[in-house]
Amino acid sequence: MVARVPETARIPSALLPMRARVAHRRQGPDDVATLSLCPVDGRLAPFRPGQFNMLYAFGVGEIAISISGDPGNADSLLHTIRDVGAVSHALCQLQPGDMLGLRGPFGKPWPVDAQAGRDLLIVAGGLGLAPLRPAILQALAMPERFRSIILVVGARSPTDLLYPEQLRDWAGEPALALSVTVDRATPGWSGMVGVVTTRLARALDRCDPANVSALVCGPEVMMRHCCLALEDMGVPPDAQWISMERNMKCATGSCGHCQFGADFVCRDGPVFRWDRVAARLRIRGI
Amino acid sequence: MDVQSIPELLADHLILGRFDAGSIETLAGCARNFHFGAGELIQKEGAPAELVYVLRKGDVAIEISAAHISPTVVETVHGGDILGWGWLIPPYRTLFDARALTEVSCVGLDAACLRGKCDDDPMLGYQLFKYWLPHLAARFRAQRLQVADLYGGEGA
Amino acid sequence: MRECYALDDPRLLLENFLAAGWRVIAPVLSEGALVPDVVQDADDLPRGILDSQAPGHYRLEEGATRRWFDAVVGPRGWKHWLHPPERRLWRALRNEDGFEIRPEVEDWPPTIFFGVRACDLAAIARQAEVFRRAADPAHATRVSATRIVAVNCGRSARTCFCVSTATGPRAEDGFDLALTETDEGMLVEVGTDAGASLLEGLGLRRASDHMRARARARIAEAAASQTRALPKDVAKRLPEAAESPRWEAIAKRCLHCTNCTAVCPTCFCTDIVDRTDLSDQRAERWERWDSCFTPGFSEVHGGPVRSSGAARYRQWMTHKLSGWHQQFGTSGCTGCGRCITWCPAGIDLVAEARALTEGD
Repeated sequence: MVARVPETARIPSALLPMRARVAHRRQGPDDVATLSLCPVDGRLAPFRPGQFNMLYAFGVGEIAISISGDPGNADSLLHTIRDVGAVSHALCQLQPGDMLGLRGPFGKPWPVDAQAGRDLLIVAGGLGLAPLRPAILQALAMPERFRSIILVVGARSPTDLLYPEQLRDWAGEPALALSVTVDRATPGWSGMVGVVTTRLARALDRCDPANVSALVCGPEVMMRHCCLALEDMGVPPDAQWISMERNMKCATGSCGHCQFGADFVCRDGPVFRWDRVAARLRIRGI
Repeated sequence: MDVQSIPELLADHLILGRFDAGSIETLAGCARNFHFGAGELIQKEGAPAELVYVLRKGDVAIEISAAHISPTVVETVHGGDILGWGWLIPPYRTLFDARALTEVSCVGLDAACLRGKCDDDPMLGYQLFKYWLPHLAARFRAQRLQVADLYGGEGA
Repeated sequence: MRECYALDDPRLLLENFLAAGWRVIAPVLSEGALVPDVVQDADDLPRGILDSQAPGHYRLEEGATRRWFDAVVGPRGWKHWLHPPERRLWRALRNEDGFEIRPEVEDWPPTIFFGVRACDLAAIARQAEVFRRAADPAHATRVSATRIVAVNCGRSARTCFCVSTATGPRAEDGFDLALTETDEGMLVEVGTDAGASLLEGLGLRRASDHMRARARARIAEAAASQTRALPKDVAKRLPEAAESPRWEAIAKRCLHCTNCTAVCPTCFCTDIVDRTDLSDQRAERWERWDSCFTPGFSEVHGGPVRSSGAARYRQWMTHKLSGWHQQFGTSGCTGCGRCITWCPAGIDLVAEARALTEGD
């Protein structure tokens, strides 16, 4: 009897985070906090605009948060979090020096590089500016590669605008055509009032729609109407991208939670080309 | 000073420019140039709607005001848009305040004159329907989204 | 052609494996069902039983013969072992600095899966592909330290439809040894060198051509007796039926009990949950099976994406029979029929797939 019995196998740990500390924290607008993170266990892999991290709050849990830092600066690890659930609440409470867990970066990025030579239109609604900020910074780092860079930002009200100082800087940036609009004006607001779609025709009035590439992020309804409006103007459906939000637990395509049709949003997204998802977005509960 | 004639100004406009040349000439017969300074009131709620403004340059706030609070801007319209629709619907009353946010250049069409020309020339009326309605519909669509309060319930 | 041997009694193999120190896991009787579990003694292997399976129905009964392998799959697949219902991922302990993370290390003793049916072999391969793409090494580590003795089915249950999914009733690959029960004894087919080494020292005689032919005939009988078949074009047609009213009708019958996802040998979805002690000094992260039938499964801020039962049933079935092809290049269904048998409402996946893709 010589049947060889192999060694006992060792099953490695899965979904291990690295630890990071909060370096800076910024409150606002409202219940939104922006954390700047500094990894404790080594360096994080470089990220691309539109990718996300899984952030872990000790004992509470883990959620997916887009990276809002500068992709050209490896130390710029910024996350903007709205306090809406148990984990995001715990993360929003973290103060400089506090520790949290960090996994990633995960997901498909905004295809910024591939739009060289085109009119790059970026449309951000509400917190949708957070995942787009790295794409804007990347484009502004090499503005000569685009025919133009146009940013349309929408928010519920002037006080809900994300990154107000950044928006002031960008308003003076010659390479960027910035347009800001709010759904509800407050006294003293002298800017535009109306949803982001009302700004699109004017934002593109010097562009050939066929030469426009659009990166759109915000609530799903806003993205849907934006992309439809852009289609109506002649921007090709295969030159528009959106970023989807779904329940993500593992971020590696094995827990199944974020499935959207046959796509795992964590792995095949969160950035999707509009023509790939447009039909699905019209069906409720996919 | 504008060096262009009124028919030229109308022909350059995003919406009016789509009318045929003859119709533009006809419209020009009802038109004159207007300029408003930033902060100036363009139309007043409740006043007779005697003019419709073809906005050429600048931004205009549509406002709702009440005695005890500052006016609320509910929409902004811009060069390329058309301001006012009370002029076509009896009893021809202006429905909201409109205030220039910036320097505004526009062409004002006399409403009674315009209605008369449309009565005389149904093709002109048809073009007005065909080119002005999509503009109104786009604004209506945007207002529906605005009502939906898209950012009210968004997550992180 | 693979080498084939003849074996009179499958317990001889079991005795040999146990004596050599393998952990042997085989379907054994447990609470009126056949369930893969650790075998301590070769006599634990059940003999002479038959299963009666139908929508919402499962009974084991004494068979007319003393055959070993006439009863086919029970409620539990091999995923209980390869992708266990829960596992601790890691622990975190608070310290003065913040916290430290302790990775989890788990051992997998050398194991033999004994009695894996063709549909379940396919299921193991399909789950392996899910975890390979997710770069989670646990499943692959367990599989690579496991030898598989398959059993070719000589009989189908009424709920079986592996012929239509091209996953059975014969095991084509993915096994080390495969047994086929004939009236002349067990035909033992060698699938791999590792399988051949499992037979060393047993002195088995070569199988005759006649015995091979008898084995083929039994498998063919099992195949021919299947009455259920998934529509061929289900992968393409099901997404086209996304807005069919039929989903609502199924949802009215569905109890959302999650039985189908628990018994499905390919369903892989998990939740990740946190456990802490009362002092908040120790935290653990656990992965445990989850089901797309629970409303919280698709929760985003503001509520679940799939708030209706119809949307959740559509998600499960469309993913299984259609989306899986796009994700992993195969169907997510291997025709084992468990979801039909173990549905307390007797919802028949095959009948529903037909109705949805062909119209009523």
